[in-house]
Amino acid sequence: MLKYTFKGVGGGNDFQWCFSQVKGAIDEDVAEADIISTVEFNYSGDLLATGDKGGRVVIFQREQESKNRPHSRGEYNVYSTFQSHEPEFDYLKSLEIEEKINKIRWLPQQNAAHSLLSTNDKTIKLWKISQRDKRAEGYNLKDEDGRLRDPFRITSLRVPVLLPMDRMVEASPRRIFANAHTYHINSISVNSDHETYLSADDLRVNLWHLEITDRSFNIVDIKPANMEELTEVITAAECHPHQCNVFVYSSSKGTIRLCDMRAAALCDRQSKFFEEPEDPSSRSFFSEIISSISDVKFSHSGRYMMTRDYLSVKVWDLNMENRPVETYQVHEYLRSKLCSLYENDCIFDKFECCWNGSDSAIMTGSYNNFFRMFDRNTRRDITLEASRENSKPRAILKARKVSTGGKRKKDEISVDSLDFNKKILHTAWHPKENVIAVAATNNLYIFQDKIN
Amino acid sequence: MYSKGTKRKFSDGVDNKAVAASYSLQRQSLLDMSLLKLQLCHMLAEPNLCRSVLIANTVRQIQEEMAHDGSWQVVTEALGGSGHGPSDRLVDTEVLCQSPEQQDSGPKLYSVMGYDGCREEEVVTDKALCSVVVGDRSPAFLLGTIGHCWDRGELRVEDGVSKDSGTGDEEGTRSGEGAKLATGQVFGTFEIKNGAPGSDPALEELFSDVDASYYDLDTTLTGMQSAPKMGPYDFLDSLASSHGPVSNSSCRADLNELDHIMEIIVGS
Repeated sequence: MLKYTFKGVGGGNDFQWCFSQVKGAIDEDVAEADIISTVEFNYSGDLLATGDKGGRVVIFQREQESKNRPHSRGEYNVYSTFQSHEPEFDYLKSLEIEEKINKIRWLPQQNAAHSLLSTNDKTIKLWKISQRDKRAEGYNLKDEDGRLRDPFRITSLRVPVLLPMDRMVEASPRRIFANAHTYHINSISVNSDHETYLSADDLRVNLWHLEITDRSFNIVDIKPANMEELTEVITAAECHPHQCNVFVYSSSKGTIRLCDMRAAALCDRQSKFFEEPEDPSSRSFFSEIISSISDVKFSHSGRYMMTRDYLSVKVWDLNMENRPVETYQVHEYLRSKLCSLYENDCIFDKFECCWNGSDSAIMTGSYNNFFRMFDRNTRRDITLEASRENSKPRAILKARKVSTGGKRKKDEISVDSLDFNKKILHTAWHPKENVIAVAATNNLYIFQDKIN
Repeated sequence: MYSKGTKRKFSDGVDNKAVAASYSLQRQSLLDMSLLKLQLCHMLAEPNLCRSVLIANTVRQIQEEMAHDGSWQVVTEALGGSGHGPSDRLVDTEVLCQSPEQQDSGPKLYSVMGYDGCREEEVVTDKALCSVVVGDRSPAFLLGTIGHCWDRGELRVEDGVSKDSGTGDEEGTRSGEGAKLATGQVFGTFEIKNGAPGSDPALEELFSDVDASYYDLDTTLTGMQSAPKMGPYDFLDSLASSHGPVSNSSCRADLNELDHIMEIIVGS
């Protein structure tokens, strides 16, 4: 008998998702500042960073697996919390600059410390997070309380010893990359050369060197000479995972442009232009709005990229520009509700998407605290819910279903009962394992696969 | 209903006319909603540029479709030129308000939709474009531009009010009923969304400074003579500049203010 060696995350075979942890307050009243605005695992998956609307960054670290409980993987506990950005006031425009953290991106680890980039609408900061869990005792030149000893009184030398101490984690801002963006920053992406990174706002993309804060290179500029002619903005940008000269940026018109920085200093002319032709039979006044791409992510392999628009997720082969190779419907039942969603502004919600470590599955969020996973190999998909009701340890998550027709089955929920205030915009997948982090407003849920 | 494709049926029958009128009403309310969103945009800390651009594009789409439906080309050809004195504008409006029987062998308006007979309903819903303006001066303003239309003999309001037997009135002498109809129509389109009958002082306050001159039926139809490639803001500019003297001086002030609002949105 053939044994399936990989597990379909889409709910098939023997694969199931379980609740692991939830972080955050249980109160019904959610403070605006506590709303999570970004989630990101680091390269090893041992650290999980979240940013919130209040400008804070909270980093969770995975505990080592304990021998006592071999069947449960390490839990994520708070490692460091710091205030990354503060609210600012732009005196020229008389406008407030929000402290909300739009994106966090980890830098590859080069020494014992960890580094990440965090950004709000205008300023990017490089934070170094270092820990100390040992201290030296027995210095020759100073006392235990730090006072300097008189050198003439020292009669013998000793070697200081390292003694354990309570772990102390410090976060310090090492670089501040400011004043380079007139419009709101929506993306940052670390380049594969580990020396540069790009930042994108509504109209421009800039390239920075991680060591240099007073200069950045503008590589894309779509601002028209006359702003009244503006009809398209940049919505997301990302560096290619392996080719340090390649990056992509998506637009509000549903297009993706791939650029090669070797071609020209200003990448105004794309190397590749990805756009799916519109289906004329489904054209409506909302067609453009729902085609606007809210997130673009390269696969780990670098062969594909994924885009998220309002109703679907599309996987593109970088070698084929005229249409995506795969399209997954996230919540097609909303298509008939677009007018209401336009009225309450939900149609402008920007959902993110992510790949799993092997690029075999993709995940994205929806409303009512639902999130969706698609297995690219088995073509199965599953809808799960992040809720406190399913939050018993290792409780298996049950598949959810939204009923679209007139008849509603027992466990289904009707479209009109969906809570559009409970939106899952940010999700992250561990780079190596089946562990996912899902941000539901002010709560962070961690789910993992059931170990059989 | 918006989510489906366009509905251009050439078959006859009352049902299709009702569908077309309903579609126009819904399209109108979408336009109103979009403009309201753009209006509110500039009150926030800093408008989300992506959202503003998407809404502005939607507004432009709707306006283009409305202009296309109005067969403005046909109208301007028939009226022979672009003389835009106030009396000319009155004439333009008059022609459109006439019933099929009254009209000469003029062009068939809205013929692309194939609804010869429902011209009046079309006109009524286009009149509702003025619904954005609310406030003390608004009934007079509305009536100033379209009042004679309401009074004009054959205009039928959608809800089946009987004809007035007006003559070529000036602003001073409009029937009270016509005024009520105008005001009713103003709030009528908002009833679709808000469900509150009658006037709403909060709404009046909100829209008291929104300009509606570019929603005048005649300006909508005749103002689209300029180059097709225009942004939504260019459209407003062309109306302000290429048109003849505006009868109501507050129009120009309102238009300038809307320009100002648009400038803030795009941050120029």
